[in-house]
Amino acid sequence: MMANHLKHHLKKEDWSIVIIDEREEHHYQPGYLFLPFDMYTPDDIIKPIKEFIPKGVELITAKIDRIAPDENLVNMADGTTISYDILIIATGAKIAPEEVEGMKGAEWQKSVFDFYTFEGALALRNKLRDWEGGKLLVHITEMPIKCPVAPLEFTFLADSFFRHKEMRDKVEITFVTPLSGAFTKPKATETLEHLLVDKNIKIESDFAIEHVDNENKTIVDYGGRVLPFDLLVTVPTNKGDAIMERSGFGDDLNYVPTDKATLQSKVKPNIFVIGDASNIPASKAGSVAHFEAEILTTNILHFINGEPLNETFDGHANCFIETGNGKALLIDFNYTHEPVEGTFPFPGVGPLRLLKESRMNHMGKLAFRWVYWNMLLKGTHIPFVSAEMKEAGKQYE
Amino acid sequence: MEKIIAGKSVTVNDEGFMTDFKQWDKEIGDALAKESNIEMTPRHWEVIDYLQTEFKNESPLSIRKIGKSGVVDIKEFYQLFPMAPLKTSSKIAGIPKPASCI
Repeated sequence: MMANHLKHHLKKEDWSIVIIDEREEHHYQPGYLFLPFDMYTPDDIIKPIKEFIPKGVELITAKIDRIAPDENLVNMADGTTISYDILIIATGAKIAPEEVEGMKGAEWQKSVFDFYTFEGALALRNKLRDWEGGKLLVHITEMPIKCPVAPLEFTFLADSFFRHKEMRDKVEITFVTPLSGAFTKPKATETLEHLLVDKNIKIESDFAIEHVDNENKTIVDYGGRVLPFDLLVTVPTNKGDAIMERSGFGDDLNYVPTDKATLQSKVKPNIFVIGDASNIPASKAGSVAHFEAEILTTNILHFINGEPLNETFDGHANCFIETGNGKALLIDFNYTHEPVEGTFPFPGVGPLRLLKESRMNHMGKLAFRWVYWNMLLKGTHIPFVSAEMKEAGKQYE
Repeated sequence: MEKIIAGKSVTVNDEGFMTDFKQWDKEIGDALAKESNIEMTPRHWEVIDYLQTEFKNESPLSIRKIGKSGVVDIKEFYQLFPMAPLKTSSKIAGIPKPASCI
């Protein structure tokens, strides 16, 4: 995405753009949510990275050992080094089930699953295809996590999935969260909790997991609360890449300390961060990275010209929330404004309704896969949706 | 809004978190603890003191961080401030509700 943006602004004679990625495939991560329910196939989710590299940009497929900020060098795992004038870190976040005792134990991918990896989502799909029912816990280990609404969406889709299979009465669904409610923002929490009640889904809040008891199939929290399960779908602790730890500049979860308004790292002025790899207090959502890209491009050009950086990133996030039965909600928020009701992207018109269930929003979510592969990765601006959040058309009190 | 705690007028938000740390003192902390049915002990105060220091250093708080702080482990943190320890202890400490949840 950044390579696509910058390529248009930087002269070929002066700059070379290199992307280093250890994988050969790019995954459409939002698709993991649909894989367990047989709504997407693996082909919908995975494409070769090569297809998305713009002309004139070099792709190196290799592992990084560490970043040496004082020498402006990236040390590769094979012992070679690559020097840089400007470095953009976009290493994302990944799950770390080993952070909780017993999570990756004997029941891992037998009755304990994640859906934040391709392998996890696929194993869960195979499990759900012939699961006969019982107690299903959908569980968040600790915040922050990528796409904080995904566990709720999973819960709603599970409700809808079991209804279609005519076995909803055989499944008891409980949403287990370390937060005090369904979501992190009060207005959206109200709406979402209402939906949980409507769908006969129980909620266990303020649950801080201590360990998974594989023998008795329970999860236990620090306060001694014990919840039994037949099927545990958990979102393990999310962490930044271990490169940061090896390089000596990550925080306690390996996220890169970053200025939340300029996206410049606090490690060194010529290092910038985009997406989940940073520690900024925005949602770890793909839409955030998309909005960041526009501001980051401007700031990198300012940096090159020795000009002051724009302090304009507002934490804008825009997320569809699948609520099952072919409907979805849409939320739009930033650092200071929580999601509220309204219309999007045109004030008073829509066509999308904020914080209200509708089929149109669901269509939006499905169309988003096309937008992702064909527009977002290529750095194409999405019409009518700006990097800075608009307050018009929203019902703030 | 204004609220009288331990005979003093302090400003709090709708969730009862103090909005001006300068107004905090130990008597207020004690009264806030009673509202959460907690009887403060020297151990409790050590934790509160740690939270306030971190707040003054503008260092964001999380359960994980407190567990690694060396001041208290997570198990004991839950024993001292049952149910939602970070929220409860932050309230008693007179600091904002931790924004670790996004």
